Amino acid sequence: MGKYLTINGKKLEFTSERNLLEIIKKERIELPTFCYHSELSIHGSCRLCMIEIAGRGIMSACSTPPEPDMEIKTNTQRLIEIRKITIELLLADHDRECTMCAKSESCKLQSLARRLGIEEVRFKNIPRKESKDISTYALVRDNGKCVLCGDCVRFCDEIQSIGALGFAGRGSRAKICPAFERDLESSECVYCGQCSRVCPTGAILPKTEFREVWKALSDEKKKVIVAIAPAVRAAIGEVFGVSEENGTEIAGKIVTALRSMGFAKVFDISFTADMTIIEEANEFLERLEKSDNVPMFTSCCPAWVRFVEQYYPDFIKNISTCRSPQGMYGSIARRIMPEVLGISKEELVVVSVMPCTAKKYEARRSELAKDGVIDIDYVITTQELALMIEEAGLRFGDLEASAFDMPLGFKTGGGIIFGNSGGVTEAVLRNVMNANGDESEEFNFVRGENSVREAKLKVGARELKLAVVHGLKNARKVLRDIRADKKRYDFVEVMACPGGCIGGAGQPVYSDLAVRKKRSKVLYENDKIMELHKPQDNPYVQKIYKDYLEKPGSKKAHEYLHTSFKYRKRFKETLEIFKSHLEKSINVDVCVGNNCLRKGSKEILKHIIGDNKFKDNVNVEALICLEKCSNGPAVKINGKTFEHCTPDSVENAIKEELKKIKELA
Amino acid sequence: MTSNYSKFEAVCRILEENNFDKSKLIPILQSVQGEYRYLSEEIMSFISSSLDMSPAIVYGVATFYSHFALKPKGKNIIKVCNGTACHVKKSTVIIDGIRKKLGLKENENTTKDMLFTIETVACLGACGLAPVVVINENIHGQMTIEKIVKLIDETMGD
Repeated sequence: MGKYLTINGKKLEFTSERNLLEIIKKERIELPTFCYHSELSIHGSCRLCMIEIAGRGIMSACSTPPEPDMEIKTNTQRLIEIRKITIELLLADHDRECTMCAKSESCKLQSLARRLGIEEVRFKNIPRKESKDISTYALVRDNGKCVLCGDCVRFCDEIQSIGALGFAGRGSRAKICPAFERDLESSECVYCGQCSRVCPTGAILPKTEFREVWKALSDEKKKVIVAIAPAVRAAIGEVFGVSEENGTEIAGKIVTALRSMGFAKVFDISFTADMTIIEEANEFLERLEKSDNVPMFTSCCPAWVRFVEQYYPDFIKNISTCRSPQGMYGSIARRIMPEVLGISKEELVVVSVMPCTAKKYEARRSELAKDGVIDIDYVITTQELALMIEEAGLRFGDLEASAFDMPLGFKTGGGIIFGNSGGVTEAVLRNVMNANGDESEEFNFVRGENSVREAKLKVGARELKLAVVHGLKNARKVLRDIRADKKRYDFVEVMACPGGCIGGAGQPVYSDLAVRKKRSKVLYENDKIMELHKPQDNPYVQKIYKDYLEKPGSKKAHEYLHTSFKYRKRFKETLEIFKSHLEKSINVDVCVGNNCLRKGSKEILKHIIGDNKFKDNVNVEALICLEKCSNGPAVKINGKTFEHCTPDSVENAIKEELKKIKELA
Repeated sequence: MTSNYSKFEAVCRILEENNFDKSKLIPILQSVQGEYRYLSEEIMSFISSSLDMSPAIVYGVATFYSHFALKPKGKNIIKVCNGTACHVKKSTVIIDGIRKKLGLKENENTTKDMLFTIETVACLGACGLAPVVVINENIHGQMTIEKIVKLIDETMGD
């Protein structure tokens, strides 16, 4: 027998819904919410989804589980008043300069104020005044616009397992900020920007740099070239109310729009995505053959790369050294294109259009610069491109489609599906399996929405184990399983954003998962209608290899298309344990990070200082961390790092060092 | 020569006694504050690393409860009650008087020489003696500006 309750007098059956809000949504009633996201845990802090339940009074729909025979009303006079007052109170300490806010027109607070008919705020406006946090390349935080719903905090913690942002203080002084109220750049943020996607107001926004692009476009001495990422075509139509099955027409309209703005050449990142696949597949086969640094992790998602650099330094060697498609585009645009296009290096300006906020950071990584000059001058998001189109007054829907410029405009379907979670793996398989005589073009088992998709494949005599992961919390679990020998893989693809690049934070803001699924479908449909599907068949890529890079994996290819990674400290603090007053004393840094601490760094400290072995001859600091998590405890003595330390081995090493100093003296 | 080793050892002991359990963050912070008298950023980072949790969460908990101090406290703690009864008996005048006497600027609660820290508390349960001030462990009732200035001078002399 079914369970029933009534909503606004209508009897409804319910089954496994988690809360009343879900049932009410199914009834096609959109209750106002700030803090409710189907992907996140229930918070119940915004007090907007209030409903009246007979016999119980006023309750929040999101945090109340359904029970049989509940009688629910969603729009009584009392409820209308309560919602209004909640919005008025939020507006009271809000920075209400809406006309100058980038979130205007897509701001939930603004639209709710309109929906609920707020005509005046009865409370005095005391806006929170705090300077904006512009410390990163990716994001801008403005606490004056924050409504404390905590969506950003929960996304960062629950989906990405990072927790760069948290609540601090209480009551009227409560606010959202990184640890110790430092700026975002000093936090563990990996720049995925999903906080800005779930933020209902303008409190966290992707940083923009399209103003600089306009300036470059109007500079007659400059020639500006641009390339668009695969995911951009799957989403930009949402801004202009244009939708299309496979995105080719929309990509063509983007080309027209960019040309009309004055870009000299319009290229497609899918081209360098094809190159990435060829280079990465080649690297993968080499690693397999040598059984060296397997599993290999993909390197195209900069947020994921930074995540490994920060949290799992011992896995850095497993990341493919291939640059991301944006990185390869930068290198080719900067170093090869001037000759091909007949543009001088001085007049060249390189721009890319990305679905991503972390790509802004990636472009500035020093590892991608040559002689201190970065390859890509400006990285703009899909949102920024839409703004530029609006600002230029172009009626996007009515634009004719035009073709990309050659050579970097030609691509195969393999480069297109890069924008989806699972796309990189599928494209690599098209290459690797092809080299082993399998002509398959579709590998459906890597597609879909499951958080971790695993597959086994026979390649020659070997069985390959693959995993496709999206969301960094899922990635963390996979890494832990690999470290604990619970899982064995050969190839792991990770995208930080749920859904992959199509769900990136630079895309038009979405909250409905159906939107993401639709974008994903656009790229797969686009792949279907392409002439070629395997990256290795791209004739223009072949030509670039022939003319400039010899062959995949060659010395030249490494110079142009590969990069390196390094450990990035999460904690900057060191604990001074013992300071000697002698000038010539030995510096001993003992790692007290989580792993080392549990393997015995405490005993080492006890041995050196607790037992007062070396009196004034040592300066001792405890720090987090020396990046030797698998080989701890680690101790650094006068710059030299020792692994698997024991109290005795450290004592001996210090004695050695003392002896050396004595001999020198 | 300075050594913080015994303090560091104490923090390790506290973490071990609590089995490195995330859910015991509050008792851990309480005990650590007992040892260091306040919670420094370095120590909060160390705790967050050892408990495998984000420092933003540790900071959030530490700033939520007024019991936790994020700045070093002075040698002597002056607690002024600002509960209803004391407030009505003009405890704010006493607070202003103490701040003036100690030369504290706005947003400053500890003197530069680290001798005094002033705190306000919600109620000490001694409403009959309002306004009440506690210096270290000693309770002083029916406080006036003259009395508090004298008390501070005496404490300084100790």
